[in-house]
Amino acid sequence: MKPRDLADLAVRNLREAILRNSLTTLGVAVGVASLVAMLSLGVGLQALASQRLAKSGLFDAVFVTSRRDFRGPGDGPPRKNPAPHGNPKPLDEDARQQFAKLPNVVDVYPQIRFFTDIRYNGNSYSTNVLGVPESRTASAFEGLTGKYFSSPTADEAILQTEFAKELSPQTASLIGQELVLRYAQRRTASPDEISKEQDIDKQLDEMMSGGISIVSREKKLRIAGIVDSDPSAGIGGFGGGRVFLPLRIAEQLHAAQPNDVQDFVRGGGSGKPTYAALTVRVKSPKEVTQVEDAIKSQGFSTFSLLDASKSLRLIFTVFDLFLGLFGSLALTVASLGIINTLVMAILERRREIGVLKALGATDGDVRSLFFAEAGAMGFVGGILGVTLGWLIGQALTWGTTIYLRRQDLPGVKISYVPWWLALSAIAFAVAVSLIAGLYPAGRAAKLNPVEALRYE
Amino acid sequence: MPPTSTLIQVDHVSRDYRLGDTLIRAVNDLSLQVAAGEFLALLGSSGSGKSTLLNLLAGLDRPSSGAIHVRGQNLAALDSPGLARYRRETVGMVFQSFNLLPRMTLEENVELPLRLAEVDRPERSRRVAQALDRVRLSPRAKHRPSELSGGEQQRGALARALVNQPSILFADEPTGNLDSATGEQILLLLREIQDTLGMTMVMVTHERPLAERFANRIAMLSDGRLIDQIALPAGARA
Repeated sequence: MKPRDLADLAVRNLREAILRNSLTTLGVAVGVASLVAMLSLGVGLQALASQRLAKSGLFDAVFVTSRRDFRGPGDGPPRKNPAPHGNPKPLDEDARQQFAKLPNVVDVYPQIRFFTDIRYNGNSYSTNVLGVPESRTASAFEGLTGKYFSSPTADEAILQTEFAKELSPQTASLIGQELVLRYAQRRTASPDEISKEQDIDKQLDEMMSGGISIVSREKKLRIAGIVDSDPSAGIGGFGGGRVFLPLRIAEQLHAAQPNDVQDFVRGGGSGKPTYAALTVRVKSPKEVTQVEDAIKSQGFSTFSLLDASKSLRLIFTVFDLFLGLFGSLALTVASLGIINTLVMAILERRREIGVLKALGATDGDVRSLFFAEAGAMGFVGGILGVTLGWLIGQALTWGTTIYLRRQDLPGVKISYVPWWLALSAIAFAVAVSLIAGLYPAGRAAKLNPVEALRYE
Repeated sequence: MPPTSTLIQVDHVSRDYRLGDTLIRAVNDLSLQVAAGEFLALLGSSGSGKSTLLNLLAGLDRPSSGAIHVRGQNLAALDSPGLARYRRETVGMVFQSFNLLPRMTLEENVELPLRLAEVDRPERSRRVAQALDRVRLSPRAKHRPSELSGGEQQRGALARALVNQPSILFADEPTGNLDSATGEQILLLLREIQDTLGMTMVMVTHERPLAERFANRIAMLSDGRLIDQIALPAGARA
């Protein structure tokens, strides 16, 4: 029989026992819906986690410290053979330039973080400031009101909502306003500069302090935007701040960093500024290992979260597998419904099968007819199921968002049905239905036409 | 090999059924010939094996032993698809209980063998219209079987049997569910078709007067055996 005629006959047969077939199809739909809802939850949560982690900038970054400073979280007990004492390589501007020249490196930036005093509207507020590197775009900030930095050298600041609320309950009104940043500047004086100092007392002070002095400075900044959430607070990330500045501006301020004192104590103050840590951003997580090795070979300590990312993927794969298995249970039950419906149909249509065979239908024709009916129920059930599953996912997202909003947290999309999941679910429903139809179709095909015609 | 004028050659055919421990021989070492264009009536009481023989001839069943040659082709040696093709292309069948599919219209019922034979749609429409016209049921084409009388249903079944232009028509008690007047009309129609198309017909019946009136020859069966054959003179046909 031609496929079109086969489909026509199958649809006609399905329409004939409309209630029973609709209920069976609904069973398939519920099965597919549970599968889709479960997997969409898995996919959604994975996407959410990946999105958050990508925004954190932790997985495409190598965190570099001078060998004497840094030990990563997974480094275990103190090294038995620590880096040779004496002259570990300083993490200074030269090192930064070297890292920037490495292949696949997108950006190298220090973590500029310092305490400051903000003056706004005659009041003073203590908080901490973070420099945001150029390679991070507005997308890293979630729930940004106002604008992102107009340029990497703009005298602008982005405030974290909670801090903005301290400045003014009407946070939106802050955008475009000016604030004053008061900070401690680290001033480095060379021996020449010291010798030129007229005041002999000051000259002596600077010589005694190894050429470092701290002076109070002010900087006027325009509030460009207000951000809902803190993008990340990880190691080497630019999170954890309440006031964000373009990194170049933050660097120009030469604000005193905690490592200034450390350098001074350790090195007696060479006068040359060093960084506490540098973040080396690479093109993609794939290149992290290669860049990390290259930096290590230059005598620096490195740390990356690549292994953590691999573990995360593994966890989500297992999670998806379990969700898929639970979701499939309902579909398995639905497939029993298909078997039942088709076996009943064979009993009812025994005589019809006999007539078809008497008119010249082959066993294959009869088998195909029952297969087509099973497949059609699977296909329609699959489409309905995907729609239903998507709706369940939307409802879950909606419910979660309401709950989170009540907790004063931003809403999240926890369920996501990508096109491949929708298509796979429909294909899976058809496949399961066809497998369920194997037995009834085989039984119908093997019916003896004489016995079938005798059936009343 | 059977002679060329012989369309169907049945050689020592037996058909056994097992019912628990009992072996029932429905057709017992039966040999028979049917000539091309002949109208043969298989006559016998209930359980004589006439319907079993008809099913064997129509390719719906296989003999336990013996051979059935139709146009030189042994049906017993055909595989399942081969038998299906034989039923589709060579034979048409009419049943006592009409066996029209209730959820299809008359037109769709008649079209069914053409669908199975994968005939193109325009050709199908033409042949369905022709078959319905031949049995004078064109006005009822869109009706479902439940909306037709018994006689109309049997005529519809006849149209379905003829639509594939078979060379042999098998009829199993075609008047069994009809009153005598309607039954007679059906047989008149059968004979008209036979005369017009020159088809070979094999009809099972237990009504001797009908068989004598319409058939060319009567084969009498009892307990699965052929006990007598009566050739009817042309004048005996009404």
